[in-house]
Amino acid sequence: MNKGLEMAHSKKNINLKLKVWRQKNNQQSGEFKTYEAKDVSPDASFLEMMDSVNEGLVKKGEEPVAFDHDCREGICGSCGFMINGNAHGPQKGTTVCQLHMRHFKDGEELTLEPWRASAFPVLKDLVVDRTAFDRIITAGGFISVNTGNSVDANATPIPKPHADEAFLSATCIGCGACVASCKNASAALFTSAKITHLSLLPQGQVEREQRAIDMIAQMDAEGFGACTSTGACSASCPKEISLINIANMNKEFLKATLNRKEEAAGGDLA
Amino acid sequence: MSVKLDSKIPSGSIDQKWKNHKFNMKLVNPANKRKHTVIVIGTGLAGASAAASMGELGYKVKAFCVHESPRRAHSVAAQGGINAAKNYQNDGDSVYRLFYDTVKGGDFRAREANVYRLAEVSVNIIDQAVAQGVPLAREYGGLLSNRSFGGAQVSRTFYARGQTGQQLLLGAYSSMMRQVDLGNVELYTRREMLDLVVIDGKARGVIIRNLLTGEIESYEADAVVVASGGYSNVFYLSTNAMACAVTAAWKAHKRGAYFANPCYTQIHPTCIPVHGENQSKLTLMSESLRNDGRVWVSSKKGDARVASEIPDNERDYYLEQVYPSFGNLAPRDVASRQAKYRVDEGYGVNGGEQAVFLDFRDSIKRLGEDKIAERYGNLFQMYSKITGENPYKMPMKIYPAPHYTMGGLWVDYNLESTIPGLFVAGEANFSDHGANRLGASALMQGLADGYFVLPYTIGNYIANTQLNKVTTENEAFRFGVEGVKNEVEKFLKIKGQRTVESFHKELGRIMWENCGMARNKAGLTESITKIQKLREEFQTNINVTGDAHGINPELEKAGRVADFIELGELMCRDALVREESCGGHFREEHQVDGEAQRNDEKFCHVAAWEWTGSAAKPQIRHQEELAFENVKLATRSYK
Repeated sequence: MNKGLEMAHSKKNINLKLKVWRQKNNQQSGEFKTYEAKDVSPDASFLEMMDSVNEGLVKKGEEPVAFDHDCREGICGSCGFMINGNAHGPQKGTTVCQLHMRHFKDGEELTLEPWRASAFPVLKDLVVDRTAFDRIITAGGFISVNTGNSVDANATPIPKPHADEAFLSATCIGCGACVASCKNASAALFTSAKITHLSLLPQGQVEREQRAIDMIAQMDAEGFGACTSTGACSASCPKEISLINIANMNKEFLKATLNRKEEAAGGDLA
Repeated sequence: MSVKLDSKIPSGSIDQKWKNHKFNMKLVNPANKRKHTVIVIGTGLAGASAAASMGELGYKVKAFCVHESPRRAHSVAAQGGINAAKNYQNDGDSVYRLFYDTVKGGDFRAREANVYRLAEVSVNIIDQAVAQGVPLAREYGGLLSNRSFGGAQVSRTFYARGQTGQQLLLGAYSSMMRQVDLGNVELYTRREMLDLVVIDGKARGVIIRNLLTGEIESYEADAVVVASGGYSNVFYLSTNAMACAVTAAWKAHKRGAYFANPCYTQIHPTCIPVHGENQSKLTLMSESLRNDGRVWVSSKKGDARVASEIPDNERDYYLEQVYPSFGNLAPRDVASRQAKYRVDEGYGVNGGEQAVFLDFRDSIKRLGEDKIAERYGNLFQMYSKITGENPYKMPMKIYPAPHYTMGGLWVDYNLESTIPGLFVAGEANFSDHGANRLGASALMQGLADGYFVLPYTIGNYIANTQLNKVTTENEAFRFGVEGVKNEVEKFLKIKGQRTVESFHKELGRIMWENCGMARNKAGLTESITKIQKLREEFQTNINVTGDAHGINPELEKAGRVADFIELGELMCRDALVREESCGGHFREEHQVDGEAQRNDEKFCHVAAWEWTGSAAKPQIRHQEELAFENVKLATRSYK
């Protein structure tokens, strides 16, 4: 059984040409600049290759290419850019920091661009502002429970299938590849993953309807596009979050709007 | 001016200390809480949980993180699980047993009272996580699952497949963001703390560099929490993320916060080995894998055969041999050293590579691939992405790597440092784990500190302390801002020949070779000299591109590496003075049969170092004696 595993290919070092988007800051326009990545080991990760290219630039006194990155193991969601039009590059279920150079051939030309979406302004080179995602979470991606209130963890059994499904939706790392690969720059996959995760758990029931309404309202307010069921998002998602989440979100939204009662005075109680 | 170390451990029997303390601590009137501001630096598990809890209580919280979002904190990468003394498995666990295992796991170098409290509140953490919607793994009956972790003979670890850290962090993060929405927490992202402001001997604020604009900003508060994580990146290659740094803690150290036990570093036994010169970090393979994986090397030196060609009777399952009671789940320091011995003696896999095998053949045979995939699926995928090999069909190759730091800023029972009003939580502080941390307890400690300790102890501090009104117009803030601006300009002006990265790599090599798994007098002494030379060269020979305005990763790195170099020297010094072996600190001169040999008579204490005002003058060493009244000092054996 393959289970999405990757096998080693060539062992020889390779040379690549990189066309990289350079942009000084949010106020200035940007352009592509071409760089050579020489003598790259197939065992190196894409970002380690970028590190080498950057070391070379710094040694020449030039500013290195700025890109967000942190954990280098596919969980923090910091990294992400387009490689030849694919969010996080050509491998399924992989962030760009997990992408290894054994998947590229000697002499290949790669075009690197930041996530393109008006809700993700470019800050510098390949760095974009994804704080819109945090604002969507702030709008309702939580369960209102203060520290210290909680009943024993086993007091509320959760059927294993629900727990497992909730987990699958909860694995979203908030990288934004979904938005970047969508032709409408929709954040439906991100928003629906969180809505679905919490809607499957008994603890999420009390605020279920308000959560869907509020998070979707915030998503729209941020300027993301509408979902037209293209499916590019799920195909690019490094955690392989399913399109079912979007279908689920639409259902939640419909139910919530049909059932909506007047908001209690005082709104959200601390 | 030296500060006397007073741990402020409450009196009474160990199981009553925290209960009594909570009652004796002063409270802040609910209507008064909103008049007080608390700054939290770092928004990982410890920081986010502290910010959320303090915000819920009604304090005004200002939370800062270097990333673009709090959810990027490195807590997110923790894989295996979180311990709690729930005893859901009915296998003999209890608060006392978790306390005992942790004290023993720390090789009798932790403060008993702190550890007991940790075990006590561990049960509340799980309840809180579930209430927040953290999707911890469940059994078919709908109840929570558990697995075993190193150093324990009970199954007390709760997990969310292989990403427990991400899920717990998302729980704390979502609670914190709820407080942001309610206006109780102000969140400042892409901000790095570059100085602590002390007024009238109390921590009253911070100087921050805005990593987007380059501006130097100041913020005032009634109390400051540093929850900035650990310093494993002093080794350059570690399992830490790229932005992990000692900087926030180190700046506090330079303002008077003693740094405790810096040489207590943890090497994790199961990480993916280095592939080449351009390696940027090492990837952890969760300890949970050792529940079902068996560690082995060939019993023949220099054996170049592929694993499948080596029959069982020619395999040395060395952890099972040497530690029959704990087997593959021997604690990290013990397992790491055993791996190093095998490789040093020529038994490394594939004819002598720097790696040993972690083999799932037998558990796959016993449980089937599907069951293994359910437990570890994402970890196996991660392994294959990085190495190009299939761990379902051949054993994983693993080797120890720097992972966690038990050392950190000294704190008392209230998690307050030697600077009044400066509290330290999570991996950034030194307490609880002694000389070695058990698996699945870092997540436990970060959340214990943030949810269940700081909200009480900070309130107590505020209620008991005369806090004069302070604004950022105060001289101390203006001096702080000037100082930081000058330091930033200094890095940019040097225009030398070498990249900051090259210095970091060189420091890492010195530290790994001489202050890593095995240390000795000659190596440590030599390292101190090498690091001093490195520091001097750093000050005159780095080239930082760009300018002080806007995003400048090279400039950020310069500040962090400068602090690592100073820390590295202190670590070697600390290791040199501590002439014993305990936990992760292994002095070759002090061992019995390859196991750590403590010297309880001379070293049963915490070493807390005081900054003397200049990097050229070594810190002054203070001692906090440790008393073991509940767990008898014994040789730590896992055989």
